[in-house]
Amino acid sequence: MKPATVKAIKNELSAYAFISPFLIIFTLLVVVPVVSAIYLSFTDFNSIQTPKFIGLSNYVNLITQDNAFMMYVLPNTLKFALLVGPGGYLLSFWLAWLLAQIPRRSRTVLALAIYSPSLTAAVAMAVVWLVIFSGNASGYLNNFLMSLSIINEPIQWTQSPHYLMPIMVTVSLWNSMGVGFLAMLAGILNINGEMYEAGYIDGIRNRLQEVWYITIPSMKPQMLFGAVMAVVGTFQAGAIGVQLSGANPTPQNAGQLMINHIEDYGFLRYDMGYASAVSVVLLIIVYGFSKLCWRLFGEND
Amino acid sequence: MASFHSNKINPDRFSFGQWKFFAFLISLSVFMILPIIFIFSQALKPVDELFLYPPKLFVNHPTWSNFAQLFSVSNVAAVPKTKYLFNSIIVTGAVVFLSIVLCSMTGFALSKKEFKLKKVVFEVNIIALMFVPAAVTIPRYLVIEKLGLTDNFLGHILPMLSLPVGVFLVKQFVDQIPNALIEAAQLDGANDYYVFRKLVIPMIMPALATVSILAFQLAWNNAETSSLFMSKETLKTFAFYMSTLTTTTAMENNIAGQGMAAAAALLMFIPNLLIFIFMQSKVMDTMAHSGLK
Repeated sequence: MKPATVKAIKNELSAYAFISPFLIIFTLLVVVPVVSAIYLSFTDFNSIQTPKFIGLSNYVNLITQDNAFMMYVLPNTLKFALLVGPGGYLLSFWLAWLLAQIPRRSRTVLALAIYSPSLTAAVAMAVVWLVIFSGNASGYLNNFLMSLSIINEPIQWTQSPHYLMPIMVTVSLWNSMGVGFLAMLAGILNINGEMYEAGYIDGIRNRLQEVWYITIPSMKPQMLFGAVMAVVGTFQAGAIGVQLSGANPTPQNAGQLMINHIEDYGFLRYDMGYASAVSVVLLIIVYGFSKLCWRLFGEND
Repeated sequence: MASFHSNKINPDRFSFGQWKFFAFLISLSVFMILPIIFIFSQALKPVDELFLYPPKLFVNHPTWSNFAQLFSVSNVAAVPKTKYLFNSIIVTGAVVFLSIVLCSMTGFALSKKEFKLKKVVFEVNIIALMFVPAAVTIPRYLVIEKLGLTDNFLGHILPMLSLPVGVFLVKQFVDQIPNALIEAAQLDGANDYYVFRKLVIPMIMPALATVSILAFQLAWNNAETSSLFMSKETLKTFAFYMSTLTTTTAMENNIAGQGMAAAAALLMFIPNLLIFIFMQSKVMDTMAHSGLK
């Protein structure tokens, strides 16, 4: 063999040496599970007997038989996702933009205050929320509202089908200022000051125009990264309703999201084939929303 | 030009015109940290203040008794709390270290090496950014079971190690290193390992700090692997213990337990906060290169 070929092969092997540990773990814990979820979704599997192939039955049942899914779980998931996803995203852009308007030292302190909720673990925070939203008269929110005479009777916040969803949305928005928020803050701060100067010479008159014509276009890549993080975070944040109400399914399915539905069927009813079908639908929905973000913010080339 | 300078982004010093930004930000920040102040206060309340009616947000006579109680009371399985804490520290340490190693190696190869599968691997990793691990809990459980990792520390560690965001951020950061620098080292006879270890690693420290924070949060806050893969109580983590506290507090509306639960929540939160404060400038540095195209 020519020395050049030997060198090329060596180079190739060296690259794989660097990349293979990650690839192996990634394959085992991401690729294999996704592929087996797709396979299991076509089977009847109770985790003891071998999976029995039943074609599209699980998907057909999901659409035609599963009342809870069609009436509550899917609408809840979409409602939750649309409020927390775009809501949290706009909020994190707005906060990042506000933070960029103030001097460095105070910015660092305030950014930390805004970012710190996302550092709290959902499990740990459930304790705090449960005390705040406690259903008796000594719950903090009940007590506060009663002292202002807004309500007369204590409200069963986390057990009530009316309030569970709004509470879930508030709590999730509260801790959604995470990696995406930091990325957008860094993106805004890194825009070259001359861009703004040029913009003002070209006739930009107010700050809204400045944001629309200069800030957003200059940080599109960070906007996209933040959007993808928001989509994934939203669909991930499913456990909150079950933690707050202490039950799966949540009271009258009011806070039931797809993640809870998967857990309900997979680990409580041991209908893993069916649960896998729900998982596949969830993965497709997340992928679809992320692609939509790509359409909106991706560089079209 | 005057109008431009009066409302300049990223200002160097305070000016009176910034008051409205401060007004918004300070009121929002107060809302954001209120629940966190509440954990501090709740964790330091003595029993009589936890029972106080009407309830008070701030503690009057702070004590450490909730922490003492947290570590003295034993649960049904009679596992000392320090064991949970110890397990969490071991698992988190391993996850942080291994994530740094894996993400830096992969990020380096994806940025600076040429190989056949390069484009495919990068694309797959981008798709994996959109991956929701919770959706595949069941097949993941089957994989861990088949590998024989139930009731094994690796069952905690392995699922945390596929960190596509980490690989992505490191790769973007390595892209900033000029190729000429690496070529010069290679001309001097440096092999890939040397280039990686002596040249690339020192230059991507901010990205590695970010990866370590992400990995830390993931591992430290993770209760799921304990409940799914570990049947032995002595192998479970502090986050898992925390989640059992939550359920008992919720079910029995047990007020004495609230102080203990808040103390545990505080122990969960403090390490996350400290690590972020120490590394925040490096994180911001990495995030500047986080853009997706």
